[in-house]
Amino acid sequence: MSFLRTTKHALTAATLGAALGAASMSGAALADNHKIESIHFLIPGGAGGGWDGTARGTGEALTKSGLVGSASYENMSGGGGGKAIGFLIENAKSNEGTLMVNSTPIVIRSLTGVFPQNFRDLTLIAGTIGDYAAFVVNKDSEINSFGDLLAAYKANPRDVAIGGGSVPGGMDHLVAAMAMQAAGEDPTAVKYIPYDAGGKAMAALLSGEIKALSTGFSEAVGMAQAGEVKIIGVTSADRVSAYPDAMTLKEQGVDTEFVNWRGFFAAPGLPEEKAEAYRATLAAMYDTPEWEEVRARNGWVNIHNSGPDFEAFLVKQEQEIGDLMKKLGFL
Amino acid sequence: MLEGIMAGVLTALSLQNLLMVVAGCLLGTFIGMLPGLGPMSIIAIMIPVAIKIGDPSAALILLAGVYYGAIFGGSTSSILINAPGVAGTVATSFDGYPMARQGKAGKALTIAAIASFCGGTVGAILLMGFAPALSSVALLFHSAEYFALMVVGLSAIAAFAGTGKVIKALMMTVVGLIMATVGESALFNAPRFTMGLLDLQTGFSFITLAMALFALPEALYLVLDPKRGATKDSGAIKNLRITKDEAKAMAPVVGRQSIQGFLIGVMPGAGATIASFLGYAVERNIAKGADQDAFGKGSVKGLAAPETANNAACTGSFVPLLTLGIPGSGTTAILLGALIALNVQPGPRLMIDNPSIFWAVIISMYIGNVVLLILNLPLIPYIAKLLTIPRNYLIPFILFFTMIGAYIGQNNATELLILVGLGVFATVLRFADYPLAPLLIGFILGGMLENNFARAVNLTDGISFMVERPMTLALLVIGATLIFLPAYRRRRARALQKGVAQGD
Repeated sequence: MSFLRTTKHALTAATLGAALGAASMSGAALADNHKIESIHFLIPGGAGGGWDGTARGTGEALTKSGLVGSASYENMSGGGGGKAIGFLIENAKSNEGTLMVNSTPIVIRSLTGVFPQNFRDLTLIAGTIGDYAAFVVNKDSEINSFGDLLAAYKANPRDVAIGGGSVPGGMDHLVAAMAMQAAGEDPTAVKYIPYDAGGKAMAALLSGEIKALSTGFSEAVGMAQAGEVKIIGVTSADRVSAYPDAMTLKEQGVDTEFVNWRGFFAAPGLPEEKAEAYRATLAAMYDTPEWEEVRARNGWVNIHNSGPDFEAFLVKQEQEIGDLMKKLGFL
Repeated sequence: MLEGIMAGVLTALSLQNLLMVVAGCLLGTFIGMLPGLGPMSIIAIMIPVAIKIGDPSAALILLAGVYYGAIFGGSTSSILINAPGVAGTVATSFDGYPMARQGKAGKALTIAAIASFCGGTVGAILLMGFAPALSSVALLFHSAEYFALMVVGLSAIAAFAGTGKVIKALMMTVVGLIMATVGESALFNAPRFTMGLLDLQTGFSFITLAMALFALPEALYLVLDPKRGATKDSGAIKNLRITKDEAKAMAPVVGRQSIQGFLIGVMPGAGATIASFLGYAVERNIAKGADQDAFGKGSVKGLAAPETANNAACTGSFVPLLTLGIPGSGTTAILLGALIALNVQPGPRLMIDNPSIFWAVIISMYIGNVVLLILNLPLIPYIAKLLTIPRNYLIPFILFFTMIGAYIGQNNATELLILVGLGVFATVLRFADYPLAPLLIGFILGGMLENNFARAVNLTDGISFMVERPMTLALLVIGATLIFLPAYRRRRARALQKGVAQGD
């Protein structure tokens, strides 16, 4: 693992420079002609989850397109991602070759103030994609729409357990509460069951332990296409082209929209030129066919916010989610 | 299906793929011998190589080879220097290390190799015959049953509750359970018992604790008490062969544990560690009289049980991965990532859409096990010779690997301070005759025990699940029996003896 964590100046970056020029705003980095030899992706959750898919998909596009020599991955689950953030801060010096994938939960965590760290303690690289949230049920379930889920909930609230891959008060829980509130129910009464990782939560859904699963849309699509689960509601404005069979919550009369951004952070104190090299590489990735393939396969939406834009975006989202959480009673 | 198997055989037997199996097994075995580098990290290192290969079956065969090679090699450090590098080989050290201390290191390694081979091979056969049917078994357990399964796993501590040590063993288990709660957990939005220390935020790491409790006190003990530290017989080579009696004792254990281990491995929430503890606990309870007392002191059965079970479980963990697309362990999760990166979507359609990949992987497991046995048996005399190194050189060597093991996983120098601190604490406990294995068992199972218990309570709004779910109840009864029966039996035996003596 640690053997692979070196970022080196490469001499053969002339062709890369041309590719970067088209996509990147940060011309300063290009002058240095950086090529990233390898990236170690730190994934703050178990494998099979949304963070996992994002890191591995990004790594796949970067290595297959030749923008990065090689990529390695490390899953470090626990505390809804706090374990990995703590690790990256604690071991900042030895992790200059590491990019941590993260998403909306890092904002939620900094809001609840339970943890000492927040996104300001890390080097912001870029937000790269978004994913909608989805409600999923077992293929054998008698529930076929969000309305059915609501009806079952109204009949016996304690009998309808909704699972997710994040801690209580984390994003999967938040989305479930949001949708329930939009449907006119008391969001704090929803029985939410936390799992260590999206994969384990999916196993619990298939085993019938939980009635429904609040998860990322891209995590659910593969299973839905295989016929193992049904997607009963997506938090997008319109149906997503990757799986148009899935109804949105909006068209079912539940006014909830939510996009979970995903992006990359580096260790605190990372030299600015290295950070710029990462940003330029990620920016160049959008124009490659390899990325388009990964993006389409996973049903992700490109939402690119690099460097200072990323910071502004995060500060804004912090404000929005904070208001929402106060309303929901989480703060 | 037969066509698929044939295509798989042809794919697996191609020269390229055979080379992949051999390369993967060799690499996995040697890196796996180092404490601190478990199968998960080795596979993570190998992923870029595998993706460069491009051919999904070749890549997966290489990674799978690395996987069982690492499991195979992982037992070596447990047996020779009492330094279990992965949680799945902790139970291996219970009897493997005492055997090595009795000068039977070569024999212990041979038993481990043969047990691993049998577990892996039976696992591969079961996987081949029943993988699609077993996907429903993988979903049989809910959190309530996983909680009960962890309780059964905890019963492995009973083996260390020898005469007069019951209270001590229980105390150590509780310390382990408490240590498992330190840090952040999956269920609570807050870190616990970190005393404000950022380094404890991530909790204690398994490898640091294992080194501090097992390897470090052992090395210190050798220095502080040289007489006790003397290995009885340094001629590790001549004891390589297994006698007929030993083979006879081993056979039923290996047979039972291959199947039990495999089934536990199929459960996405259990895995090789639980399988090895359960295997150890069950076999100890089945054994009778002197056989049972030998557990923990260098028993052939006690070594064969966890080694068979953990290898069978590793193979079993491929069932949910390949048939449902659900990873049961960190290692299979990394394999899932590799598969997706290679454009293979595991799940119920894999067998239909890509039968040659599906079967090639399963058949290469079988080949891999044979390759591992052939590679390892001739090497054992040389590996066992490690213990003939004079103590003056051996102890620094053990200390070095202990430190490396604790550091390499986390890349955090604070781990070394924690290692030394806990190591001193553990050495003191050893002098006071407290068994340390229950502490580690408690620590390993504690997290899973708590998470599953909390989920089950939350789901059923109380603890009624313990009696309402028949499978949970049955498992809990088995667990309680396994924990308390040995103590009760011993007490009754003593009472009977007294009675007879008074009657005379």
